[in-house]
Amino acid sequence: MLKDEDRIFKNLYNDLGWEIDCAIRREDWSNTKNILSKSRDSIIKEIKESELRGRGGAGFPTGLKLSFAPKEVGSRPHYLVINADESEPGTCKDRDILRFEPQKLIEGCLIASYAVNAHTCYIYIRGEYFREGERLQAAIDQAYKKNFIGKNACDSGWDFDIYIHYGAGAYICGEETALLESLEGKKGQPRLKPPFPALVGLYGCPTIVNNVETISVIPTILRRGAKWFSSLGKPKNTGTKIFCISGNVNNPCNVEEEMGVPLKDLIEKHAGGVVGGWKNLQAIIPGGSSMPMLPKNICETITMDFDSLIKVKSGLGTAGIVVINKDQDIIKCIARIARFYKHESCGQCTPCREGCGWMWRMLERMGNGDATYKEIDLLHDVTKQIEGHTICAFGEGASWPVQGLLRHFKQEIEKRCTEEPLIKKKTNIPYLIDQHLLEKDNA
Amino acid sequence: MSIKKISKFQPELFEFNSDNLKKIKNEIKKYPKGKKNSAVMALLYLAQEQNQNWIPLAALKCIANLLEMSYIKVYEVVTFYSMFNLSPVGKYFIQVCTTTPCMIRGSKKITDICKKYISQNQNDLSENKLSSWTEVECLGACVNAPMMQVNKDYYEDLDKDSAEKLIKQLLNDDFPTPGSAKNRKNNAPEAGKTTLLDVKNA
Repeated sequence: MLKDEDRIFKNLYNDLGWEIDCAIRREDWSNTKNILSKSRDSIIKEIKESELRGRGGAGFPTGLKLSFAPKEVGSRPHYLVINADESEPGTCKDRDILRFEPQKLIEGCLIASYAVNAHTCYIYIRGEYFREGERLQAAIDQAYKKNFIGKNACDSGWDFDIYIHYGAGAYICGEETALLESLEGKKGQPRLKPPFPALVGLYGCPTIVNNVETISVIPTILRRGAKWFSSLGKPKNTGTKIFCISGNVNNPCNVEEEMGVPLKDLIEKHAGGVVGGWKNLQAIIPGGSSMPMLPKNICETITMDFDSLIKVKSGLGTAGIVVINKDQDIIKCIARIARFYKHESCGQCTPCREGCGWMWRMLERMGNGDATYKEIDLLHDVTKQIEGHTICAFGEGASWPVQGLLRHFKQEIEKRCTEEPLIKKKTNIPYLIDQHLLEKDNA
Repeated sequence: MSIKKISKFQPELFEFNSDNLKKIKNEIKKYPKGKKNSAVMALLYLAQEQNQNWIPLAALKCIANLLEMSYIKVYEVVTFYSMFNLSPVGKYFIQVCTTTPCMIRGSKKITDICKKYISQNQNDLSENKLSSWTEVECLGACVNAPMMQVNKDYYEDLDKDSAEKLIKQLLNDDFPTPGSAKNRKNNAPEAGKTTLLDVKNA
């Protein structure tokens, strides 16, 4: 288990106070001026050496992402945008950072902005987190007062401003280009890539978009050194991560642990075990609703890091662990996730807009036992037609959970889908105009 | 995409009050010159707050004028995002999260209570016109499931009794204290912390 001194977010449960004075006592802002006196390249090199991977879901190496920003500022200013549009079902880690560790985020913003040559940073918070946004604004005001940000931030000669922008309840705005569209005052529909935001982003200027947790760990990495960070976790999957454990566990909670911690340990030690005991476990969604679920036999041994989870055809995603025990109807759980995706599809690409609705309706029927046997293969076919045929990764996010269900719980569906195909059943269906063709005598 | 119900009764005129006009100036200042459009969502929120939790079409025209945008662009934005209400929702707008993590911890009990005390159907006003409810997608407080949002505040760790008490209170025009119904400390495990045991504010 990770030692307390190696945890980055010491105020995760707000035992120590969120105000700037308490944060300074926790060593935030302690030698920011020194850090900012280093060259941009050495800061980015340090982050690269720490092997920090983005905490927003895709796990892209952060140092590499920061290095994509143009080295020199041309005619267009650079921007840093923080993605705090946390809407993935099962995930609530950024909320705690915004509420209880806002100074870590603000300091991270300053350092990252310096590293990518940006003087302005926008934090895009989901509209529902209004109180969290108020808290962050209060923290930003406190930092301005101490001259940690603003003109000549921390006496480093670097001018830096932070602004908060609220979203308004659209999951898709967590996708980076949709987020930029939304920030420009349009509806949040993802852009075609390339060009990538690092070259053509917000207002057509070079923009780096990063998740809240990723940016918040950067000051600690630079203070304690890349070696310390990369000594935690596993190779290529280094550092610590906030895990959100929800669902059928006795004590749902957020907890910061090392990457590569066994899933069973997380649930048994921190979350008080599965409701009804480990033997009552049915399946676990390991990384927020977009990641395929894992059945019990895989959960016994799996460790929580990007690469091990990819090997079992799932993913770490945002590390929002949803535990489902045997009291739940697994098909209905996934049907509800499918309804989420149907509701949140932005409507730009046809496969996703139409397909998400199809998947939801089919799963609802399967849950009620009204589906035909043939529909199981049809459902799989629909997921394959959505995946990879959309502008953004929402298509994958919507079809993977359904594929996960089909991969591990196909028998469960087959048991329930005993309904005969329409042609044999001879039911009078009012919307079928050619009903007479179904009658055996006329066929 | 959610279906938006646009109110049949629309006030003819809408103007921001002087307080909000000041706020609007600050909002526009956040963005670079010539990028006024970025403030459209912030202005929609202000309009919604000023007009008892919903946005009349007249306000869209007013915002379009203020930001020098075309009306249709504002309309596009307001119908895309689910948090903008285009018909009255009452003084207390209750949003119950029903996505999977809340569902498996019993959010259906809460929607049943809403049906019983507020209105049979979602988005319909209660008898005393004070409140309405709707099912929403994940509100991002999954470890505190089941939960709901009333206007801007989160009510977490609910069960049948606490939700019933809460909704009765709201219908009596009394605003309960937000937060966990079980007096749990934020996102820490209910049975006691397992980490950060000896950390002190040095």
